[in-house]
Amino acid sequence: MAAVQETVDRVKSIDVSEYKYGFFSDIESEKAPKGLNEDIVRFISAKKNEPDWLTQWRLGAFRRWLTMAEPTWARVDFPKIDYQDLYYYSAPKTAAGPKSLDEVDPELLKVYAKLGIPLGEQEILAGVAPERRVAVDAVFDSVSVVTTFKDELAKAGVIFCPISEAVHTHPELVQKYLGSVVPTTDNYFATLNSAVFSDGSFVYIPPGVRCPMELSTYFRINEQNTGQFERTLIIADKGSYVSYLEGCTAPKRDENQLHAAVVELVTHEDAEIKYSTVQNWYPGDSEGKGGIFNFVTKRGDCRGARSKISWTQVETGSAITWKYPSCILRGDESRGEFYSIAISNGRQQVDSGTKMIHLGKNTTSRIISKGISAGKSQNTYRGQVSSHRKATGARNFTNCDSLLIGNSCGAHTVPYIESRNTSTQFEHEATTSKISDDQLFYCMQRGLSAEEATALIVNGFVRDVLQQLPMEFAVEAQKLIAISLEGSVG
Amino acid sequence: MLEIKNLTVSIDGRPILDDLNLTVRDGEVAAIMGPNGTGKSTLSYVIAGRKDYTVEAGEILLDGVDLLGLEPDVRAARGVFLAFQYPLEIPGVATMTFLKAALNAQRKQRGEEELSTPELMKRVKAGAEKLEIKPDMLKRALNVGFSGGEKKRMDILQMALLEPTLAILDETDSGLDIDALRVVAAGVNALRSPKRSFLIITHYQRLLDYIVPDTVHVMAKGRIAKTGGADLALELEKSGYRDYVADAA
Repeated sequence: MAAVQETVDRVKSIDVSEYKYGFFSDIESEKAPKGLNEDIVRFISAKKNEPDWLTQWRLGAFRRWLTMAEPTWARVDFPKIDYQDLYYYSAPKTAAGPKSLDEVDPELLKVYAKLGIPLGEQEILAGVAPERRVAVDAVFDSVSVVTTFKDELAKAGVIFCPISEAVHTHPELVQKYLGSVVPTTDNYFATLNSAVFSDGSFVYIPPGVRCPMELSTYFRINEQNTGQFERTLIIADKGSYVSYLEGCTAPKRDENQLHAAVVELVTHEDAEIKYSTVQNWYPGDSEGKGGIFNFVTKRGDCRGARSKISWTQVETGSAITWKYPSCILRGDESRGEFYSIAISNGRQQVDSGTKMIHLGKNTTSRIISKGISAGKSQNTYRGQVSSHRKATGARNFTNCDSLLIGNSCGAHTVPYIESRNTSTQFEHEATTSKISDDQLFYCMQRGLSAEEATALIVNGFVRDVLQQLPMEFAVEAQKLIAISLEGSVG
Repeated sequence: MLEIKNLTVSIDGRPILDDLNLTVRDGEVAAIMGPNGTGKSTLSYVIAGRKDYTVEAGEILLDGVDLLGLEPDVRAARGVFLAFQYPLEIPGVATMTFLKAALNAQRKQRGEEELSTPELMKRVKAGAEKLEIKPDMLKRALNVGFSGGEKKRMDILQMALLEPTLAILDETDSGLDIDALRVVAAGVNALRSPKRSFLIITHYQRLLDYIVPDTVHVMAKGRIAKTGGADLALELEKSGYRDYVADAA
């Protein structure tokens, strides 16, 4: 666990409550007029030169959205969002879509370099561990700016490109799968996303292919007053495998920013998708000013028998998090997993969890959730596990642990468990604990500072989940955890 | 050398230590005995820097430097070690990881190089063997699911590794069976050195049969009521503390 030391060094080297990714980049952009109506939806669709079916699909979603109301059941509290006071489209101004890295605006490349994300394939190839290459799709203000390693992936038959591009290059796949997991009518934010989504990643792994490298998307919000609506679609065909990583950051702003993404995963027979997220959107300042409103719908459909979907998430950012990555276990013997670390500090509010919907026979699922609350934050785990009448032999194991730091935060666990057949076995375990003064004193007596001691104890608490992350992400996540908890030790 | 001068300590306005004076020379093993509630554990916590107490007056000097006002981790790096009566559990943190983090934190504080992992492993393994700690315990989370005796041995292992100049043992014998007591005592005796002072806090003579002290202090009502040699402990075993409680009052 060498990263602990590194974590602590990193924490010490920056000021309390300093959000490292809070810079704003001055890059010329093209925007749609403020507000939302059918014309704006058509504008976005036209900008992407979309086929008519997709324009109609968006319009259908928009009309539906007009009839819906914001959900209020989550344990979060935020000022009313004026949906007419937002921009729904913003794109960095470039002549045409970049064909290679050389054509990408150097300012943009600088942004990603600042974030520590290498986009130059050469740089990556020259790295110390070339066998651990990661193909990156960089999404800047909802527009994909560059995707690396495309050629090499194409050789394996893997399609990894912006979804706006896939609409043109692989229309049959997009039309077949888009909205097939999260329908346009699903919920308020997903429906809004369906109407106005701008870009995101598209992945298709052909039958029997094990994707030769990790795929990754980095989302960066830059523009002010601009809603962010990414759409990600990943399809793993029969017997294929892919590991996908997602990272997010945003500038520090006094206003709240809306982020309403949709992620759809589909696995066919014997296929597996491992989806990892390190969410580090700007959380707002210690008084709760600013920060991202993160209303995200993520769902995976284990369509084929023996297929598997695994969600791993490390959530440290956002002022409000409303997010429940779920698995529909449709195929017999399919498996869903959810591993989560959700950290809240300052005045952050988290309402997050998962759903495991058991439909097929002998389906299994596992949920490991670690919530850490510090400062004046509120952290809620909300999860649903259900089995259909025909889902005989369904099994779930759920473990929800909450850790409290200090006396002004809250942790809440809200599990919903519904079993409709007698052969189901669902287990639920939950604990709530607090970092005790005794533990802190013990660690400090052995030479660790208060920050080092807290980082060590928290890292121990989240260990089960960290082990699920790909190596590089685990190290990143560990650092992020320490940074997020800064100033939480009194 | 530890010098405590005119130390007065209270908790929530209630006096616990009252103008206490105590000196432990380099290489000396001093035992502190006394009835329950006389402030023995408070003394150990105050030396180590626990925050629940209010120091009303006095000084705690370690090699001439006043420890009061320093954070517990700074005191640790200066050579203070406290073996706890009830060592804490740290779930999810492997014992070896904890040992490495603690040792390197102290070294860094003192401006020394970090110890390499192979060197650390070597030292830990050598220490563990002497204390009859099985190698697989080092991979387990610190003190989680350890027996009382295992926890105490783990604390002594940390003491051996951290090489303090002042080692305080707070009721280390509590909850130990005779075999575990022997192992722990042997571990402590092996660490006796001309440069290291020991402060051994105990209710009973029993521990002092195995760790023979140079001096014995009887503590009553928040101060040192009597000081003598190892034979004073034997005397106490016969007569009890009643006289001292009455004397001090």
